[in-house]
Amino acid sequence: MEAVLAIAIGTLTASGLWLLFRPRTFQVVLGLALLSYAVNLFILAAGRLRTNAPPIVGKDMVDPSLYVDPVPQALVLTAIVISFATTALLLVVLLAARGLTGTDHVDGEEEGDQ
Amino acid sequence: MISWIDHLVIAPIILPLLASAVMLSFDERRRTWKRVLSFGTTAGLVAIAALLVCQADGGLDPGEEAARAYLLGNWSAPYGIVLVADRLSALMLLLTSMLGFTALFYSLARWDRSGPRFHVLFLLLLAGLNGAFLTGDIFNLFVFFEVLLAASYGLVLHGSGEERTKASLHYITINIATSLLFLLGVAMIYAVAGTLNMAELAVRIPSIPQSDLMLLESGAAILGVAFLVKSGIWPLSFWLPRTYAAAAAPVSAIFAIMTKVGVYVVLRLSALLFGDGSGGAAGFADQWLIWSGFATMVFGMFGILATRTLTRVAGHYVLVSSGTLLAAVGIGGQALMAALLFYLVSSTLAVGALYLIREPVERNADEEDFIAGIVEPVFDDEYVGTTMQPENEVGVVIPGTIAILGGGFIFCTLLLAGLPPLSGFIAKFAIIDALFAERVIPPVAWILIILIILSGLATLVALTRAGIDLLWTPAPDAPSRLSVIEVVPIGVLLSACLGLMIAAGPLLRYMEATAASLQDRNGYIEAVRRASIAGEALP
Repeated sequence: MEAVLAIAIGTLTASGLWLLFRPRTFQVVLGLALLSYAVNLFILAAGRLRTNAPPIVGKDMVDPSLYVDPVPQALVLTAIVISFATTALLLVVLLAARGLTGTDHVDGEEEGDQ
Repeated sequence: MISWIDHLVIAPIILPLLASAVMLSFDERRRTWKRVLSFGTTAGLVAIAALLVCQADGGLDPGEEAARAYLLGNWSAPYGIVLVADRLSALMLLLTSMLGFTALFYSLARWDRSGPRFHVLFLLLLAGLNGAFLTGDIFNLFVFFEVLLAASYGLVLHGSGEERTKASLHYITINIATSLLFLLGVAMIYAVAGTLNMAELAVRIPSIPQSDLMLLESGAAILGVAFLVKSGIWPLSFWLPRTYAAAAAPVSAIFAIMTKVGVYVVLRLSALLFGDGSGGAAGFADQWLIWSGFATMVFGMFGILATRTLTRVAGHYVLVSSGTLLAAVGIGGQALMAALLFYLVSSTLAVGALYLIREPVERNADEEDFIAGIVEPVFDDEYVGTTMQPENEVGVVIPGTIAILGGGFIFCTLLLAGLPPLSGFIAKFAIIDALFAERVIPPVAWILIILIILSGLATLVALTRAGIDLLWTPAPDAPSRLSVIEVVPIGVLLSACLGLMIAAGPLLRYMEATAASLQDRNGYIEAVRRASIAGEALP
């Protein structure tokens, strides 16, 4: 399972980075979205991978080794919400930039017409 | 029993958050109301921060501990989130609230009308900044960073226009990517240490086995890169001068503290987690900080000399001051810490004043550009009651515009270049003095001294040239008007710098106590531990 997750994170990061360095704004937004998926998976992996282990511990004292670490899952939840919101904001700025400059190049001008 | 003074720690976060939430439910037609509310809030923040500084310094009840921890929701420390107000946090809070108060005051003259929701965003930015300075938990730090960044995205765009939109597109993209690095670093540190509470981390790091140190250091380095991007270190700083130049004047003034947030976190974490006595990981990043700090200073210095507009000069000066601070953090030592804190306060106030004063100065030189700065809104529906109603300048117009602007400008120049007798000189002198205090002066100390002096010279040259261009060149038109609302905040900032100069002795003593508590670490850890025990004792 570790290998599959590692390959998934690697693929997402690589494609995310490639898109992030593209000249069109929409590609940049997609790149950031892919990168944030990769980071979220990475945080989940930081709490050690377990299958069939719930993150919520009951009230009576139980064996903690039966449970998965709940903290990274809580962190991922926060991270997802925040990256979702900032990506949405970036999309709005992208639209505004497209409207104001007439191009979707990240610098607001095509390479030819300086 | 917990008294009201214990709850004061959370007030700098709650107060602006509540005020901005209330303001969100009114549209821009209730402008006067919003102004009164946000003015009152920022003034209240100054008072609260001053109280916290008094408290941290033991002024309120002598004999009490310097650092104070506040448990959110009364969850005890390693599990819940703590806020810690020690000398350093209180100092940064006071600096932020001073700058916030003056920038907001200045914006009342004109800028808060050039777009919707200015006051809401401004107060949210202050809430995020205060939270970042107070929190004692790394993930909570991330959350407050996002709060302040989200507000800053809105503020960069305030006033709209092509230049601002283009600059903010870069600014937002870079900061989202940086936030992802932040998360990676947090995850790696958690994977190794199993906690995100700073005090708990400081306890656990010395006992981390040698085999895991590599992972911990990589995590901390990735985390560090996130803060270094914020503080504008070379080569991660190319976005900074452009963004700051594009933003509206009061916005770039409050942004002067944003780079210092990065410096603050680097200072806090390197002292708490990687200071002396933290085992194999102690001081692992010092050389990186020193040399990248030098590179930033050189880059900023050339930038200052190469640019012709005043805003770009100010932006590059921000880089120089970040570089100086980071290099000094890397070199370390208690006396140097005290000096660099004094420099941090002095340079932040002075850059804030320069960002505020440059607008009326440049307006004199170029009236038409200034008016062209206000542009048509992109999304009409939000702009109800903002730019639509033509309104005259608020406040009394004062005579002798050029004399006042020129005087203020000279004051700023002296402060930024570090010429005697103002606080900029005292700060630089304190740094150089601390570097010379060692018996054997290391080569890096010599380089830092040379760069500090050279960057002062570059600043002096650039600002003198800009001053001659903007103030002495005869203009065809009569000098434009200057309202009292614009002059007062600049005056407040400059007189705060004057206060720094007059009260340099007691202030430096405060900074020395701060540096001592940073080196010691036990005060911070003990405060969190004691609060947890007290919290568990409550029913």
